[in-house]
Amino acid sequence: MNYNWNWSVLFEPEYFGWLISGLGWTISVALCAWVIALVVGSLIGVGRTLPNKFLSKICTAYVELFRNIPLLVQMFIWYFAVPEMVPEDAGRWMKREMPQPEFVTAVVALGLYTASRVAEQVRAGIETVPQGLRSAAISQGMSIAQVYRYILLPISFRLIVPPMTSEFLTVFKNSSLALTIGLLELTAQSQQIAEYTFQSFEAYTAATVIYVLIALCATVIMSLLERQTRIPGYSGKES
Amino acid sequence: MIELENVSKWYGDFQVLTDCTTKVEKGEVVVVCGPSGSGKSTLIKCVNGLETVQEGRIVVDEAEVTAKSAKLTALRAKIGMVFQHFELYPHMSVCDNLCLAQEKVLGRSRSEAEARTETLLTRVGMIDHISKYPGQLSGGQQQRVAIARSLAMDPIAMLFDEPTSALDPEMIKEVLDVMVELAREDGMTMMVVTHEMGFARKVADRVVFMDQGAIVEDRPTQEFYENPTSERARDFLSKILNH
Repeated sequence: MNYNWNWSVLFEPEYFGWLISGLGWTISVALCAWVIALVVGSLIGVGRTLPNKFLSKICTAYVELFRNIPLLVQMFIWYFAVPEMVPEDAGRWMKREMPQPEFVTAVVALGLYTASRVAEQVRAGIETVPQGLRSAAISQGMSIAQVYRYILLPISFRLIVPPMTSEFLTVFKNSSLALTIGLLELTAQSQQIAEYTFQSFEAYTAATVIYVLIALCATVIMSLLERQTRIPGYSGKES
Repeated sequence: MIELENVSKWYGDFQVLTDCTTKVEKGEVVVVCGPSGSGKSTLIKCVNGLETVQEGRIVVDEAEVTAKSAKLTALRAKIGMVFQHFELYPHMSVCDNLCLAQEKVLGRSRSEAEARTETLLTRVGMIDHISKYPGQLSGGQQQRVAIARSLAMDPIAMLFDEPTSALDPEMIKEVLDVMVELAREDGMTMMVVTHEMGFARKVADRVVFMDQGAIVEDRPTQEFYENPTSERARDFLSKILNH
């Protein structure tokens, strides 16, 4: 193989700047999408466990819809199809005036997709809480809302920290799909560096290393959170 | 205080309660016993509306539990319930376990709730463990805390669903002692599902014996033990008393 290794291109101000800017977009998209995923996912997940059949069916439909359509297809739908489907004025606004259209679209698409996965974790967490605890809280005269607020949610959110760690990592990795709608995030920037310098090994290696570092940080943060919220002497169903 | 009239309940096609009628007067202690699967737990869970019934009427303190318009949350707050597996809130300290419903359901202030909590924990001998979590306590200790948690709501009656059957033998006594004291000194109205015949003989005014979802005998304690009328009760007693 005849390849001229040149790691120094990565540190040339111009290309290094691209990497940093890409990193910034990647983190912004992932964190904003994560906030949406947590809020929407928690609501949908709780909704699936409610006694109200109508609400729980709607929430189930949400999960099945968003979880089963490939994320890439969802990105394209939000970016290319939705502005054509909404009323004309809103569509024109989305195409011409909406600030940072690629960013906003990527956040919405990734956030709502990840929400369907978070919802499943939340539902599983709630269903893991022993039925007897629910009965105990109800027998003390608590309303359904109070049972969720003080008993079911605090316990289930602690139980689902480990599986949520994987979802949190996945949201960073999935944010790379935003390059398909033109957002210059980390993957897009390294692709661009590769095209400008023909040093594709170096460029993609840089992206790889940065993704791994993000993942490591996220894992450390989540394990700290897990330790912080651990319930003394308790490990879930019928410990 | 607690009245059940012709209560019947089905799970699908399976009938778990058949035409159950009984009554618990104020200050009375009634023990419900019978072979497993006879519907005893289901029966007392109907009293505070944790289980619904399809036929019959349940009245607690002049409020009809089985009425469609029943304000169940308000009613449940007045009836204490103790479970087989304690069901303490695992993510809260003993203190918070007792304070939570006092504050959120009864609307007491934190300091009022804490004062009541300390009194009750002292009474059940658990005040030294007030800041521990349920997972750090033994079964007997957890059940005493659970009894205190129910008492914190100042209930007019207490329901016990097999309170000692998940406990190691040496812990049963500490829980029964608390229950005996509750019956004798407070004159608490109690409905207790249990197989502890020593407890029943000591404090129960009446024994309700159930089999296959029906109340087979409902008589004063002494009569029940000395002279059970039904074949099924005699058979049951001979099995549990001969050890």
